[in-house]
Amino acid sequence: MTPLDARRARPVRRARRALAIGLVAVLAAGGAGCASSDSTEEVSVMTHDSFELPQTLIDEFQQRTGYKLNIVRSGDAGQLSSVVSLTPGSPKADAVFGIDNTFAARPIEADALEPYTPRAADQGASEYAVPEHPDLLTAVDHGDVCVNVDEAWFDNAGVAPPTSIDDLTEPRYKDLTVVMDPATSSPGMGFLLSTIGHYQGRTFDYWRALVQNGVRVVSGWEVAYNQEFSAGEGRGSRPLVVSYASSPAATPGTHAILDSCFAQVEYVGILRGARNVDGARKLVDFLLSPDVQAALPTSMYVYPVRKDTRLPTDWRLRAPSPSWTVRMSPDVIDKNREKWLDQWRETVKR
Amino acid sequence: MARDREALTLPGFRVAARPAFALLPMLFTAAVFVWPLGVLAARAASADGGLSVLQAWDRTDAWSLLGVTAAQAAASALAALIVAAPIVWLLARIRLPGAGLIRVLVTLPFVLPTVVVGVAFRALLDGPLERLDISEGWPAIILAHVFLNVAVVVRVVSAAWQRVDQREVAAARSLGAGPLRAFVDVVVPRLLPAVASSLALIFLFCSTSFGVIVILGGGRASTLETEIYLQGIGYGHLSEAVALSVMQILLVLAALGVARAVGSARVPPAAAGMQRRRPRGVVRVAVAGVLAWAVLWLAVPVVTLVVRSLRPGGQWGLSGYRALVDDTYGESALGSLRYSLTSALLAAVIAVAVGLLTAIAVTRTGGLVSRVGAVLAVVPLGVSAVTLGFGYTLALAELPYSVAASPLVVPCVQALIAIPVVVGVMVPALDQVPSRQRDVAASLGAGPLRVFWSVDLRLTARSLGAATAFAFVMAIGEFGATTFLARPNTTTIPVLIGQLMGRPGPDNLATAMAAAVLLVAVSALVVAAVEIFTGTGRVRRRREGGAGVADDV
Repeated sequence: MTPLDARRARPVRRARRALAIGLVAVLAAGGAGCASSDSTEEVSVMTHDSFELPQTLIDEFQQRTGYKLNIVRSGDAGQLSSVVSLTPGSPKADAVFGIDNTFAARPIEADALEPYTPRAADQGASEYAVPEHPDLLTAVDHGDVCVNVDEAWFDNAGVAPPTSIDDLTEPRYKDLTVVMDPATSSPGMGFLLSTIGHYQGRTFDYWRALVQNGVRVVSGWEVAYNQEFSAGEGRGSRPLVVSYASSPAATPGTHAILDSCFAQVEYVGILRGARNVDGARKLVDFLLSPDVQAALPTSMYVYPVRKDTRLPTDWRLRAPSPSWTVRMSPDVIDKNREKWLDQWRETVKR
Repeated sequence: MARDREALTLPGFRVAARPAFALLPMLFTAAVFVWPLGVLAARAASADGGLSVLQAWDRTDAWSLLGVTAAQAAASALAALIVAAPIVWLLARIRLPGAGLIRVLVTLPFVLPTVVVGVAFRALLDGPLERLDISEGWPAIILAHVFLNVAVVVRVVSAAWQRVDQREVAAARSLGAGPLRAFVDVVVPRLLPAVASSLALIFLFCSTSFGVIVILGGGRASTLETEIYLQGIGYGHLSEAVALSVMQILLVLAALGVARAVGSARVPPAAAGMQRRRPRGVVRVAVAGVLAWAVLWLAVPVVTLVVRSLRPGGQWGLSGYRALVDDTYGESALGSLRYSLTSALLAAVIAVAVGLLTAIAVTRTGGLVSRVGAVLAVVPLGVSAVTLGFGYTLALAELPYSVAASPLVVPCVQALIAIPVVVGVMVPALDQVPSRQRDVAASLGAGPLRVFWSVDLRLTARSLGAATAFAFVMAIGEFGATTFLARPNTTTIPVLIGQLMGRPGPDNLATAMAAAVLLVAVSALVVAAVEIFTGTGRVRRRREGGAGVADDV
């Protein structure tokens, strides 16, 4: 070997070493994954991106049942129900939490769910059940989609705030409302459904009047609330926004118009083909337990379905649950979704 | 040693090496891309009420969506080229302290989740830039696309420009050509492949853009991608979603064909290395102007993010950052970051390995097999995240649980999406390596691996650095497809940011913005590390003598 060769050889050796290290790392990662999956018995739940529960409660589940809870977050409610509906019988997890009533018909129709009725269902959950299939999905919480009002804006302007969604088409509330596209936003869909429930055959006349009164349509809740809403982070120009009945709990100085909210119900279900059916049943029971129900408002900004649950103090003051909401069966929503969205598009985009 | 030389000169060697170069990338693409999409297509065809592709196109008005998608992607790519041109010139021609820093900064917008970019642009266009009156619609979308993709042009083209031998420009000048004529005749032909390649990449990114179009489109802008989301997720119409994806793939193939035709114009190979000059006189003014231009485009949106992360509820404060370590509601943002980093680094390693092999197969062998392999490797970039996600959902359900649950699945998919960038950056770079130098090295006794290491890799170190950095930022920023693959405790940072932005209260938004700033900061460190690592080869070579690699073999 000439000295020249020695100099050339160094980078080659270094490359080999790097390759070897890379390979070992890959194998180690693979091995670690395999090893950890058999250590304790576990139950896994697929859920949407906004699922949150305090770690102490999740630990409690493990202590109480002996099962480790694996949480698999998989997009929004629409994506979640698509994934579940695509793989009936060979699911990715044991249970699914977070499919709502706007999407519930799809996994039911795809035969992706296993029946189970928890004992605690009669504590309030059964009132929100899917009419034709009460045993396939169990209601856990509801988030009510309502128009929110920035009180300070109306105080400053010397205008009385609207008290009903009828008022939003009045000239004195021109250019003050921001709503979301129902095709890309689930509260946007909720508001469309609340107008359908409220106005029935006159729904799209109402929307035409809203458009004439300068309603602004944005893609999603993030932009509407954080950017356009005058009480939101971005200090926007519009004091009326579609959001949730619970939002005022997080944003002092706002309240929700409670006359025509849409009840968006979130369900938990056991997936057909689950590896751990017993664990999945215990998870359903757990989600209806008083502790979890009490934690729902602060961890996920939703209302518990259990009637005996006390809301946190600031919720009782600022974000009471609406006494009347538009309820709609998942089947009806599923059958009409495309038609309603088409009509909405035509009306709003001219 | 003698054996090596013999092998290299034997005509059979190159033929034998061909399938080896092309095989691994093709196997990878087949496993991670072709198979899942095949399963999905089969399912769509057999679904109840399944439509033929033509029927589905008809029903979804696919041709007009195709036109809109292609037009906005082309406009975005051209706008990015125009915005990037001065910055390319600065990095390629001017010796400037901190040029590496500019290269790092320019890469960062790439890493930001599109929902963050969308919201940052809305904040800008509704706030300080309100007078432009473009807070919604195509101009806003194209502005955001330019911000996200200007890095592609800057890094790919400036790396190519640096390889142009300045002596040839000088020769042209001494033969009487004016500066413009010398530029057009000598420099431009050598930049064309890189320009075509970067435009094709941006076109592909923008043809599958989702978050930016949804947020800035004001609900009126629909493209193939947004319609695939609506049909697939919104309505649950599998056939329509798959048919629109077929159209998306055709669009991608057409774009790749055009780029390849422009990029493969016969270009004389360039020599290594070029001296950049120090700015003097009027050039200094130009440099200052370009720097201001770069800051305007790159820094303003990022500064908007930083300010918002520091002003929860309109008051200055650090609560957004304090919340990053908070794990009251499960994993903290820092925990997510750790997972994101591991996964993205692994993905970058896979992407660079597979992408480099593909690029070698394309540039060295040129056979039909390698060409097909190259196209296959780039196509994933032009396919909807929803379609990929559906494909994975179905394909993984067919596998044994232990395979489907492997922690390698996420990095492999992130790599799939990053490979096209590695290929797109490395093909024009490797094309430019003079085969003369390779022959010299081989005739002096270097084996094929050594020739590759000491000639090809050294001459393309800067491009390889860019490719690695892009692969990493694409992997860490990937959002759509990986959300379909999620496994326990695999909340990536973009997913976490999305979750936080969807919750009310000023603190959540500040935390989301702080997490975005953290993502940018960590990515900056990784990209800078790549920059330093791949930059050293170049520096050493220069010290060893300006004549390049042929000398020191």
